[in-house]
Amino acid sequence: MSVLTYSEAIRAAFDEEMARDDKVFIMGEDIGQYWGGALGELKGLWDKYGPERIRETPISETAIMGGAIGAAVTGMRPVAWMYFTDFLGVCGDEMMNQLTTMRYMFGGKAKVPVTIVVYSGAGVSAAAQHSKCIEGLLMSIPGLKIVSPSTPYDEKGLLRSAIRDDNPVLVNHHKMLIFGGVKGEVPEEEYTIPLGKADIKREGKDVTIVAWSLMLHRALDAAKKLEKDGINAEVLDPRTLVPLDTGAILKSVGKTGRLVIADEEPKMGSAACSIAAVVAEAGFDLLKKPVKLICAPDTPVPFSPPLEKFWMPSEERIIQAVKEVV
Amino acid sequence: MDLGKDKLIEIYRHMVRIRVFEERVAKEFAAGNIPGFVHLYSGEEASAVGACSALRTDDYITSTHRGHGHLIAKGGKTDRMMAELYGKKTGYNNGKGGSMHIADMDIGILGANGIVGGGLTIAGGAALSAKMRDTDQVTICFLGDGASNRGTFHEGINLAACWKLPIIYLIENNNYAESTCIADTCQIANIADRSASYGIPGVTVDGSDVLAVYEAVSAAVERARKGEGPTLVETKVCRFRGHFEGDPGGYRPDKELNEWLDKDCIATFSKKLVEMGSATKEEIAKVDQEIANEIENAVKFASESEFPAPEEALEGVYA
Repeated sequence: MSVLTYSEAIRAAFDEEMARDDKVFIMGEDIGQYWGGALGELKGLWDKYGPERIRETPISETAIMGGAIGAAVTGMRPVAWMYFTDFLGVCGDEMMNQLTTMRYMFGGKAKVPVTIVVYSGAGVSAAAQHSKCIEGLLMSIPGLKIVSPSTPYDEKGLLRSAIRDDNPVLVNHHKMLIFGGVKGEVPEEEYTIPLGKADIKREGKDVTIVAWSLMLHRALDAAKKLEKDGINAEVLDPRTLVPLDTGAILKSVGKTGRLVIADEEPKMGSAACSIAAVVAEAGFDLLKKPVKLICAPDTPVPFSPPLEKFWMPSEERIIQAVKEVV
Repeated sequence: MDLGKDKLIEIYRHMVRIRVFEERVAKEFAAGNIPGFVHLYSGEEASAVGACSALRTDDYITSTHRGHGHLIAKGGKTDRMMAELYGKKTGYNNGKGGSMHIADMDIGILGANGIVGGGLTIAGGAALSAKMRDTDQVTICFLGDGASNRGTFHEGINLAACWKLPIIYLIENNNYAESTCIADTCQIANIADRSASYGIPGVTVDGSDVLAVYEAVSAAVERARKGEGPTLVETKVCRFRGHFEGDPGGYRPDKELNEWLDKDCIATFSKKLVEMGSATKEEIAKVDQEIANEIENAVKFASESEFPAPEEALEGVYA
């Protein structure tokens, strides 16, 4: 085992996959020799793999996403480095109408192995165009798999699986996990984590807290404090929102009878809503109390630090929600 | 350019195949046998056939909502196309796509596209892939005058020019983006002139002259295969029918259409073949008859094929 930061785990996954398969290449803005990605995760890869495979582009999100699609259906395994989640709005057609429809619309004949990588999330005062989490919005696009790793271990194993998957897979990297210097143990030997498999990050019996990405860390902190009040919370990290490990969620709720979901999205149409709907439909009888959704308000992300702090779901709000249902 | 008799007759055959297919689609659509909507290519045949005749089977094309002509010119099978239009299981896409989405990956047809300008960036990706895999495959991206006003036109062509990708942007300028005349939405006479702003060559040709198109595209293909980058080729064409079947019209003067009808690319080319001594009238008539039979059989195949089972709607989302 070695201890890696989240950022180092990203670099290691790309490095090993690019070494393993010469069809893998990355295309995006500011990923070359100077910055190695806006937050430096790709530093060194340009020197190792060169400008052919670390392919720096003009500011042309539609050309990056569309180019990745065209390269994928003709035998390459492109990674579309799309910068901020918010910029997916620029290539909405390529996401909704091309990338994710192609295989189905062509009668199952096209293979579209595109990996999309984005910075998601608030917490650095980047305001409403550089801070979003939009898992819920993306979940409503059939044909797209969605990964939101919360630890360096998960990041490396899931990113490798995403690159090897023959379908479009979007991987969210929360900025706070990179800036916050989250560290964790990562095996030296090669490993992957299958998409669609949740992970119980903390075992418990009184309540299930479902959380991923940055919120997973807030949920774990909340669980630690709740322990002092004699509440034993289970924390479940779905890790991938599509495919969603509904079996694991229902199993945990069956054990605890209570469900709190922490999600850094405006509540309406969020991933939290979809997860709650799954449990309401398939596990209503398991619930002893109503499901609690701890989400952001239905507003754009604000800029000023006190506004943004208020806006983001906090550890305190998770604790309060748990206490209301236990 | 001396193409030889066989190639010239092949070009003629493709053009007739498109025309007869499209006119039959119009008829079957009007009869209620084809669901959805269709955008027909009648009148523009010289553009697709001239362009695709310069390609190999392993080269790529991306097509548009008005795509039947491109697909046939690239080698698409009319029976499986017709079956797809009918929504049948035997169609190219098993009934999942319809008129605007036919694809045949085995012969480089990376899909028609229901989004105007949707293919512009995808085609660049295919060209990039060919370059990275170190093949000499080229890609033709078909688009219309309407798509030349999309943002993807700029992003796609600029990137392809920067990376010297082996691609030809084939702009079929039929003067109307749906019902809007290009003169109202573009302030230059020739869209190919936009090539100057990307530092690549651009050429405008008469799209009713199949050999002129073939010659222009062949030069662009040669340039692409040599690694010298993209070319814009604009073909001035006329669609003989509406934007879609059922188009109420009113935006195009009769005189304009009649002038194009007078120089119908197929009639002109068959006359030329006889004049050049490349084909006899009997040989032309034989081709016409063979195509008539082929399309008749395609319709028979489509109408006699089964619809997919309803629950097949659930299949094919993920690999």
